[in-house]
Amino acid sequence: MHTLSVLVENVPGVLARVSGLFSRRGFNIESLAVGPTENPEVSRMTIVVAVEEQPLEQVTKQLNKLVNVIKIVELDPASSVQRDLLLVKVRADATVRSQVLETVEMFRAKVVDVSPEAVTVEATGTHDKLNALMRMLEPYGVRELVKSGMVALGRGARSITANSTR
Amino acid sequence: MTSATSRSESGSAGDAEATDATEASRKSAQPNAPRPKPTPPAGTPVRVTGAQSLVRALEAIGSEVVFGIPGGTILPAYDPLLDSTKVRHVLVRHEQAAGHAATGYAQATGKVGVCMATSGPGATNLVTPLADANMDSVPLVAITGQQTRALIGTDAFQEADICGITMPITKHNFLVTDPADIPRVIAEAFHLASTGRPGPVLVDIPKDVLQETTSFAWPPEMTLPGYRPTLRPHGKQVREAARLISQARRPVLYVGGGVLKAEASEELRELAELTGIPVATTLMARGAFPDSHDHHVGMPGMHGSVSAVAAMQRSDLLLALGARFDDRVTGRLDSFAPEATVVHADIDPAEISKNRKADVPIVGDCKEIIRELIDAVKFEHDRGDKPDLTAWWTQIDSWRDTFPAGYEWPDDGALSPQYVIERIGELVGPDAYYTAGVGQHQMWAAQFIKYENPRSWINSGGLGTMGFAVPAAMGAQFGHPDTQVWAIDGDGCFQMTNQELATCALEGAPIKVAVINNGNLGMVRQWQNLFYDERYSNTDLGTHKHRIPDFALLAESLGCAGLRCETKEEVDDVIKQAMAIGDRPVVIDFVVGKDAQVWPMVGPGASNDEVMAARGIRPLFDDDDVADGPAADGIVADRAVTDVRGEQ
Repeated sequence: MHTLSVLVENVPGVLARVSGLFSRRGFNIESLAVGPTENPEVSRMTIVVAVEEQPLEQVTKQLNKLVNVIKIVELDPASSVQRDLLLVKVRADATVRSQVLETVEMFRAKVVDVSPEAVTVEATGTHDKLNALMRMLEPYGVRELVKSGMVALGRGARSITANSTR
Repeated sequence: MTSATSRSESGSAGDAEATDATEASRKSAQPNAPRPKPTPPAGTPVRVTGAQSLVRALEAIGSEVVFGIPGGTILPAYDPLLDSTKVRHVLVRHEQAAGHAATGYAQATGKVGVCMATSGPGATNLVTPLADANMDSVPLVAITGQQTRALIGTDAFQEADICGITMPITKHNFLVTDPADIPRVIAEAFHLASTGRPGPVLVDIPKDVLQETTSFAWPPEMTLPGYRPTLRPHGKQVREAARLISQARRPVLYVGGGVLKAEASEELRELAELTGIPVATTLMARGAFPDSHDHHVGMPGMHGSVSAVAAMQRSDLLLALGARFDDRVTGRLDSFAPEATVVHADIDPAEISKNRKADVPIVGDCKEIIRELIDAVKFEHDRGDKPDLTAWWTQIDSWRDTFPAGYEWPDDGALSPQYVIERIGELVGPDAYYTAGVGQHQMWAAQFIKYENPRSWINSGGLGTMGFAVPAAMGAQFGHPDTQVWAIDGDGCFQMTNQELATCALEGAPIKVAVINNGNLGMVRQWQNLFYDERYSNTDLGTHKHRIPDFALLAESLGCAGLRCETKEEVDDVIKQAMAIGDRPVVIDFVVGKDAQVWPMVGPGASNDEVMAARGIRPLFDDDDVADGPAADGIVADRAVTDVRGEQ
């Protein structure tokens, strides 16, 4: 699994260009998250791909050829902060609610909605942490689940910006 | 109802057009509408329509010729085009031909080719030439009309998402949503098309954007923060390549189309002569190095010369310059040039190590790379490191002498297609431009015409687009009005795009078309002969049996001279006749044997070790080893091997 942080011009069609490139070159995207950055003209995509080193080099080069792609950095898990966001609606009536809340507490997650039959839990964390949380919550009954793609930033004071490449 | 492909404004087209028939459009359609004034000093904005802005931008950037067909949404652009004295528009008969003509023009001149079409079917007809130009890295700008902004996404009349459609087959594309962006987008499109690794760029402009009033100033400021092609090579990599050259005993220069794009033929020649290294020119690079030069060993690949295939296969150092290790060159990749160290120089970093891992990657412009390589090699020579290549040349010469390019006359007394093409090359000479379609005639034209000059050979290499020859020749002729342009075409290819002879006749492009008429889809028939038990499924075109169409009569009806040649004795005469006709295009129907085949050949999926000089003759392969040797991939390739053995 490799995490690519890709700075792109914030223009229409750029997501289609990037995703189209992955599919036509035969690469699978595990997850993709895209949003604005500190610079309104630039968006950042965090793309997780499951490929070996050599094809990764090829896909990075192909991405770099896209005119709207400004910069690509591979983020090593050891030297970056990588987070997913999870929203999960768990069946929790009065009899089990306290147990569910205890689990939520343990994972430093929080309840963002509650009804007599269910609670909605919001959690952020690494892929592994969220999987562990899900293993604990599944026995109560998962009604609905949604997960964001992973977002990541390198650790330390250094930053990757569009400007530094000019 | 008008038909689906109608470009007409009349009839039901009016339903969609009525909604955008704004004041501006009516004005621009009137003959006494305001005409563009002379261009003021650079940088001063003037008020114009989007369409005028587009035409002014094309003028400012130096476009001389645009190939296209007008229609509903691009109509506003055609109005100011009528007044332009700098941009000549050539009205073609099919948009595909507009694209290929722009490619022929670009390949023959090195300038950016421009084509124009309306939205919907006009734009989708450009898909094939755009894909073709993308594969062969041709600098092209395609300008398409688009439905008005408000109608985009509503399945409006003649609406097609051409940006979405062409995303994978263009270097980049633009949908212009603000008329003020037109000069910048045109400047960026030409810049992207012609710099770095060249390629096609499409600019899609909605009709109302062309009609709106805006300002025009030139030159515009380009904003391409993500586009920074590397031109200067890394000095350390170049020195490493020079060091390898100084040690190699069996080096080969594997020259691709990038050398032509970089205008680096002079430098290549100097490098080859300085080092004494043999040069192989790929299908896309024919003419980048003179065929007559003693260092030239031929074309590599599936139908390459034995000497080129064998030299690369046995080399210890492969210097790839502007080439991309295409499967048609490498054959089975895992057994390609097994002992070679690879130096791969290309302007596109994504090509390096894409197919074959490069030991020494060099990213940069080929002209720059070769220049620096020459200096670095001289430095090695000064230190006394100049290898002796005598033994290597002895080996190569023995391949060249034993397996020269050649052919046999058909047993049935029919005219030999190779002879016809060879004679054209000899009589017309190396100063002409030659285009080809795709198939047997293309391979023979690559093998039997001797190319001495860069850009003199223009063909569809990567995509293999049948029907390329006639429109590409037309484009080349507009680029070089005073030079002979010969299209070597097949009877199958010719029937795909010959309508453009009408354009050639009316617009003054006296191209010569040699239809190598074997009555069949010859290359497909060759494969059916070799790999499908001689079962000729759907390859007989009837151009022999029924003479439908009669190419000579067809040519006459299209405003050309129509000639026919059926015997060896007539060949020279008819070529000379064609050469003498300068006032209109000429078509020669060369009726040739249907059984001639293209040799040498590396079977599909086979290793280059198994190159066959002719049926059953494998120079690099000890036939005793066949039984134990590795079987080639796939049924087809296995059959190739058994076929050949069966004949021995």
